Amino acid sequence: MDAIILQILNGLDKGSAYALIALGLTLIFGTLGVVNFAHGAIFMLGAFCAVTLSKILTLSYLTIDETQVDFLGNPLKVKTPYVEHWFGQDVGAALIDWAVPLAILFSIPVMIAIGVIMERGLIKHFYKRPHADQILVTFGLAIVLQEIVKYYFGANPIPTPAPDMFRGSFDFSTFLGFEPNSVIYPIWRLIYFAFSALIIGAVFAFLQFTTFGMVVRAGMADRETVGLLGINIDRKFTIMFGIAAAVAGLAGVMYAPINAPNYHMGMDFLVLSFVVVVVGGMGSLPGAVAAGFLLGILESFASTTWATTTIPGINQIIIYLVAIIILLTRPRGLMGKKGVMED
Amino acid sequence: MSKSNFTRRGLLKTSAVAGAGLALPTYLRAAAHSGYTNAPSGSTVTIGFNVPQTGPYAEEGLDELRAQELAVAHLNGEGDGGMMNTFSSKALKGNGILGKKVTFVSGDTQTKSDAARAAAKSMIEKDGAIMINGGSSSGVAVAVQSLCQDAGVIFMAGLTHSNDTTGKDKKANGFRHFFNGYMSAQALAPVLKNAYGSDRRAYHLTADYTWGWTQQESIAAATEAIGWTTVENVLTPLASTDFSAYIAPVLNSGADVLVLNHYGGNMVNSLSNAIEFDLLSKQVNGKDFEIVVPLYSELMAAGAGDNVKGVIGSMNWNWQLTDEGSKAFTKSFGEVYGRPPSNSAHTCYVQTLLYADACERAGTFNPCGVVEALEGFEFDGLGNGPTLYRADDHQCFKDVLVMKGKQNPTSQYDTLEIVEVTPRAQVEYAPDHPMFAGGELGKCNPGA
Repeated sequence: MDAIILQILNGLDKGSAYALIALGLTLIFGTLGVVNFAHGAIFMLGAFCAVTLSKILTLSYLTIDETQVDFLGNPLKVKTPYVEHWFGQDVGAALIDWAVPLAILFSIPVMIAIGVIMERGLIKHFYKRPHADQILVTFGLAIVLQEIVKYYFGANPIPTPAPDMFRGSFDFSTFLGFEPNSVIYPIWRLIYFAFSALIIGAVFAFLQFTTFGMVVRAGMADRETVGLLGINIDRKFTIMFGIAAAVAGLAGVMYAPINAPNYHMGMDFLVLSFVVVVVGGMGSLPGAVAAGFLLGILESFASTTWATTTIPGINQIIIYLVAIIILLTRPRGLMGKKGVMED
Repeated sequence: MSKSNFTRRGLLKTSAVAGAGLALPTYLRAAAHSGYTNAPSGSTVTIGFNVPQTGPYAEEGLDELRAQELAVAHLNGEGDGGMMNTFSSKALKGNGILGKKVTFVSGDTQTKSDAARAAAKSMIEKDGAIMINGGSSSGVAVAVQSLCQDAGVIFMAGLTHSNDTTGKDKKANGFRHFFNGYMSAQALAPVLKNAYGSDRRAYHLTADYTWGWTQQESIAAATEAIGWTTVENVLTPLASTDFSAYIAPVLNSGADVLVLNHYGGNMVNSLSNAIEFDLLSKQVNGKDFEIVVPLYSELMAAGAGDNVKGVIGSMNWNWQLTDEGSKAFTKSFGEVYGRPPSNSAHTCYVQTLLYADACERAGTFNPCGVVEALEGFEFDGLGNGPTLYRADDHQCFKDVLVMKGKQNPTSQYDTLEIVEVTPRAQVEYAPDHPMFAGGELGKCNPGA
């Protein structure tokens, strides 16, 4: 039983990342009709917002320590962060320690700007082109973004830890009546799950309860009619692209302490997120979220020793296997609607 | 019935013309004169550096390339000469190889076997490379070694740690200076026994490819020999980035040690995930939980950050060694690039010098002459103490380093400390050892 709870917890945090990326993908597809293969790269850029802020906060000046030597035997150059110099050692160290949560604030305007520039600068030219063209151009864009990040940050993963107080794990065992240490889970992953739930809730509330959201939903249902009413729906959709980019970016920022960011991390999530969107039903926001969590949990269970010993390699194919079964039984996905991506 | 115009005279004429035509390209190549592939005919000789310049091991590859470029500069008499000054063989004069200036071309392996083979093939066929050096993965090394054997050029492997490279997949034209999984295990076992005792239960996570399998087999055998029990071995896909699903069951398994048979990005992520689950602060079976990383690299340690603190592993070489060769190389490399070299940089540099030295001693670039010069070659001054290139399998035997993540690093390069220099005798094995069984070294192939 404890093992089952552990794998559910594990699936929830992975599912959170899938759900957030798939939510953004679905928002873009639902509003603009664009299949955006650069969405994984946006997730990666979000993680690198955390890296960038961390690097900014650790910008340092050098002093020479004559009492120590470097690897060449020269006097050691000691780095002191400017924030520690300006605000004192304690405040400076706390700012550096809290780089990832602070990056949430930093990343929202950055990611919205990136999303809007991406949409206005490139993607809008492909609205009326076939989906294959959209996939090619956005995939190309993803590779360009990857290479830019690699050029500036290198190919190695860059450790970006969570604040000290959120490191370590939480022991659920005593609450659940199990042996100590049998159900432990990293604190930051629990925060990640809660954060994802909050963001997903906020996006749904925004679409459901604001005038802007109502217009966007109307535009998703019938773009032409909304346009005929004198509403500049293109502008609203551009803003939605920015919001979708911010959602993926926030998912990336918060994911940075879980897996050290590297330039390739977006690609690792992209294909799986598309499977999530297809399983959830193209264009369905609740479907994307539900499928994200469902597939995250299934993937987690498939990685257990019992599963991999019973069916070797099941952990690598489970998501695709489930996708095949769902698409065979429900061709439009779990919550897909008639007419979306259908001739 | 159709009428044929074939005549005996016509057939002879056609055969002669076709034969001459086919022979012409070969005749025009210098190789035809010398009897081996890509024999240098002018005042230069070209060698090929095949390293990952893109993909997950790009940082490792770029450090290898830095060292290879430095080796070429030293061979051509530029710079301070580095390890050429400390190398026990004095055949190298700083005037290139056999009087020919050394030039190089580079290829990108992308850490993919097919891309690595294509890059090596291009360097051999289009650029006339006479030797290929590099690689940061055993899958790549095995693939390129086989290609070089068939093409008739020498392969001086870079970072490859699978037992198979000089085990079942060994080739006469291939040579490995780097140590292997078996040697890591033999060096680590006594240190692990001293540090953590002989009554331990180990849980292994293993990268699911040739290197992971042989590394796990080696370390499991060595730790079982000191009394440990192997509780479980879970194979993880090479493409994995999040290992939490594999780490979550570890504490419930009754294991008190986690062995991460992972390298590169896999190791950075799996170690970070293990630390996230607070494994190192737990007590199991009345003992502190421990993590072991059998193969370390400086670049990986930098990637894992604070997570490596106190974690034990092994390395082929480290810039903190105090022998004259290591100091000379670290100084040369550090002054040019402003950073200490990694152990993958070191092995590529040393392999380039060893190849050049073998050509000088053999008096030829002919691969069979080079093979003869390298087989059974004993040398010193290249950073690992007295070293032997064993003739039976083309594996180097030398001291191995046991490392530990440093508790209080003073700089970004100061992540690991040397715990022990394990003497060569402790990591040696018979050529027919079961872990290296299968495959034949075969005969050298001069190509052409």
